[in-house]
Amino acid sequence: MSEHNDFEPVIVGFLCNWCSYRAADLAGTSRMKMPPNMRDIRVMCTGRLDPTFVLKALREGADGVLVMGCHPGQCHYVEGNYKAMRRIALLKRTLKQFGVEDERVRLEWASAAEGPKFAQTVAEMTETIRRLGPLNWKRLISSNGHREPKIEPESEPEREEVAA
Amino acid sequence: MSAKPKIALYWAASCGGCEIAVLGIHEKILDVANAFDIVFWPCVLDGKLEDVEVLADGELLFTLFNGAIRNDENYEMAQLLRRKSQVLVAFGSCAHEGCIPGLGNFSNRRQMFDWIYHDAPTTHNPDNVEPVAGGWDFPEGHVHIPGYWDTVKTLGQVVDVDYYLPGCPPEADRIWEALTAIMEGNLPPKGSVIGADVTVCDECPRAKNEKKLKKFYRPHEIVPDPEVCLLEQGILCAGIATRSGCGALCPQVNMPCRGCYGPNEGVVDQGARFLSGVASVIDSQDPEEIEAILDTIVDPAGTFYRFSLPHSLLHRVAMGRQDLQD
Amino acid sequence: MKRITIDPITRLEGHGKIEIFLDEEGEVKNTHFVIPELRGFEVFCVGRPAEEMPRITNRICGVCPEAHHMAATKALDDLYHVEPPSAAKKLRELFYMAFYVTDHTTHFYALGGPDFVVGPDAPKYERNVLGVIAKVGLEIGSQVIACRKRNHEVIKMLGGRHIHPVAGLPGGWAKAMTKEERDEIEKIARENVEFAKFSIQIVNDVVLSNQAYVDMILSDAYTQPIYYMGLVDENNHVNFYDGEVRVVDPDGNEFCKYAPHEYTEHIAEHVEPWSYLKYPFLKKVGWKGFVPGKESGMYCATPLSRLNAADGIATPLAQAEYERFYETLGGKPVHHTLATHWARVIELLYAAERMLELVQDPEITDPNVRTIPTDTPTEGVGVVEAPRGTLTHHYVTDERGILTKVNLVVGTTNNYAPITLSIKKAASALIHKGTVITDGLLNKVEMAFRSYDPCFSCATHSLPGQMPLEVVVRDAEGNVVERLSQYI
Ligand code: SF4
Ligand code: SF4
Ligand code: SF4
Ligand code: FES
Repeated sequence: MSEHNDFEPVIVGFLCNWCSYRAADLAGTSRMKMPPNMRDIRVMCTGRLDPTFVLKALREGADGVLVMGCHPGQCHYVEGNYKAMRRIALLKRTLKQFGVEDERVRLEWASAAEGPKFAQTVAEMTETIRRLGPLNWKRLISSNGHREPKIEPESEPEREEVAA
Repeated sequence: MSAKPKIALYWAASCGGCEIAVLGIHEKILDVANAFDIVFWPCVLDGKLEDVEVLADGELLFTLFNGAIRNDENYEMAQLLRRKSQVLVAFGSCAHEGCIPGLGNFSNRRQMFDWIYHDAPTTHNPDNVEPVAGGWDFPEGHVHIPGYWDTVKTLGQVVDVDYYLPGCPPEADRIWEALTAIMEGNLPPKGSVIGADVTVCDECPRAKNEKKLKKFYRPHEIVPDPEVCLLEQGILCAGIATRSGCGALCPQVNMPCRGCYGPNEGVVDQGARFLSGVASVIDSQDPEEIEAILDTIVDPAGTFYRFSLPHSLLHRVAMGRQDLQD
Repeated sequence: MKRITIDPITRLEGHGKIEIFLDEEGEVKNTHFVIPELRGFEVFCVGRPAEEMPRITNRICGVCPEAHHMAATKALDDLYHVEPPSAAKKLRELFYMAFYVTDHTTHFYALGGPDFVVGPDAPKYERNVLGVIAKVGLEIGSQVIACRKRNHEVIKMLGGRHIHPVAGLPGGWAKAMTKEERDEIEKIARENVEFAKFSIQIVNDVVLSNQAYVDMILSDAYTQPIYYMGLVDENNHVNFYDGEVRVVDPDGNEFCKYAPHEYTEHIAEHVEPWSYLKYPFLKKVGWKGFVPGKESGMYCATPLSRLNAADGIATPLAQAEYERFYETLGGKPVHHTLATHWARVIELLYAAERMLELVQDPEITDPNVRTIPTDTPTEGVGVVEAPRGTLTHHYVTDERGILTKVNLVVGTTNNYAPITLSIKKAASALIHKGTVITDGLLNKVEMAFRSYDPCFSCATHSLPGQMPLEVVVRDAEGNVVERLSQYI
């Protein structure tokens, strides 16, 4: 896969109000070094995150989605993050069949105190996605299907993944 | 005669089942014929493209359009009938959400052609011939065939649609209800899906209890209890994410719903809703165990989006994305 | 040069369009039969769980979803190496016979029959099921509707849905039959037998007793010696649900007989750039272009071909009629394509008789209708006779039963080449220099392909049973000089 040096990934972060959203705050207020590529969306709990939101983000231009919530056992709604764990796992399997690389959707835990972990996760993910290149789903679905894309040899593995 | 409002029925990329379903209203078809002047219905009545072309824009009171959009010709017909119709109804699952033929969006034209015209075990093609979009010039003249698309589209993705009638095919009773609503001018707001608000589960006679699962089963792997909810027994059933209207036909013969009526009211993406519902019945909090349980769901995308892939938020699978950028 | 386009603005296997080109002398130069649509089920089914195929492939055709459902279900038995319980096999066949009764009935009364019952030269607006009603009485119209209705009920009862049934599974059938259902279906089966006998009577009274029709059936314009294919049981009797595929040559001798999984040794498909549909042919003879005869690999798969490929029929009334068929038409094989309509009614009688036999079988209500597959799936082929020809589904999976390869040879497709040839033959015989191209004349051309009941015209399987064909006659510059519309 070629380098996409001039490409700035857009990552949408769905952050739990009680933990990772605060971790993000902490990272911000303590001026931790963090790439500016993530747009935060606050959710009351990862358990409230409808997979539709993730799909919508990807379709509307996100190159990656990061979901962050309270550590297992610490969800304010008791079960919410376990629910997210199951949903995101299944969603990732589904997205794989759509040809969306596994790394583009990530579920992580961070408590309100884990500002550094938050910053590091965002940095890592930005780099991973920079390496993968843009997702550009909007472009994919706006073509009316007439044109036959030239499949470059380097994107071959992607097709195999689709078939899996 | 001419005072009667004019209507049309058309099929694009269709299996014909929707047309047969219309005839399932039996003798009531005569009421329709009495109330309207059917100017175009290629399946059943004499009538030609020219009969539609000569009409003024909007001269058709309504058109029932079934089938998906998958080649140039489907697309042109959709545009023509849109122009000529006051009300355009996406009739049946193909026009509404892409349906089974919409699974074509798991592949593209190149893959289709490679297998069908070259690699399939019975294909004998020493000269490596393929159908030529636009047609072929014989010594005696040109024969036209339309260009084939990479992506199956729903009717609503290529033209403005007024109403959707779900189902593969819609049940005759639902068709009659919709026709009655049109005849009586008793239509819901534009853009509505004509049908029930509830899910197939709400119509399903099977007993529903708490669902907690450590494993999923494929329909051939177990003989399910005939009285109990199939999902509860581990068989993936789309009833939880599907608009009712059929009367829960499939679960009544021990087969799971596969979602042919599309998403229930208010749901944008049927697959995402189905996926959520399935994830929530998994009985585990351990990531490894969860993965093991998920291993028993062998084709998540093809199951969750069995009937609605083109209509889903993502529409299709990735296809040489880098090449689609300008 | 003139060009005649017969464009049925219909699509089941997609639109079908027939182009007849005339040379400067006004003789038929060439005919092309174009299918402009492709749906690609073979490709997008890859990655799907095999057991879903009966519910996916029935969407290939809304007119014969039962055939795809059944071919898929049988391919799954083979794939999983599983033997369904005897009751399940009987239920499947019973379901399938109900489908045959309704499908053949509709074709005979609404599509093919009007040509004979009302007459090939009758005004076009009479050449439909309403014309049939006018000719043989109102009673028949309601009988046809009632027949469709009651057999659709059977299909729903056993298969779960009227259109696109769901009950087929590897190793069985999703639902056993109750005693109440049995009683109801038995009643329906009896009615079917009476109806089929009555239909045979119509063939007798209206067609066979009219010398002009018999002459037409026997005429050269509708005669084409080719190979014939059909599924047969172990006694070489016609079978729709199961058996081996037998092919006889134009002289009526057995050319080959193969088990479903051997189909790739016998069938290959030729590709042309002007159509999305491939042309199947007999591999061991080879593709020789659009020519008839023993040297050409072209074969057909229709009711006529099934009778030609078999040695008899397993039910008594149909067997008697089978014998009379060959006595009347001068022995086996019959090459007269118009005789396909009669053959179809004989098959209708067989399906009705077989349905009654099956429903009266004490085992039919056995609650054990499932064998759970335990073997690792590998590869499977399922073959049934669809009303429009031998239907083959071929699947290869990984060890989890996820499809990795799918190949389908669909009913009407078998007949793609012979239909093209039949049209050319009829057109060449009927259209000559100076011939005034009339509605009735073109109808006679269309009768050639209508006898195949090609699926793109299956739409006429519905009442009132008309399908528009647009016939455009163009001069060398493409200007329209004549325009006729057709019903079939
Ligand atoms: S919605 Fe179903 S019945 Fe209607 S055309 Fe599509 S596949 Fe056929
Ligand atoms: S999940 Fe399926 S079986 Fe269960 S209640 Fe809903 S429709 Fe019925
Ligand atoms: S149960 Fe589901 S798949 Fe079956 S007919 Fe109803 S909506 Fe369609
Ligand atoms: S409250 Fe943070 S994940 Fe539930």
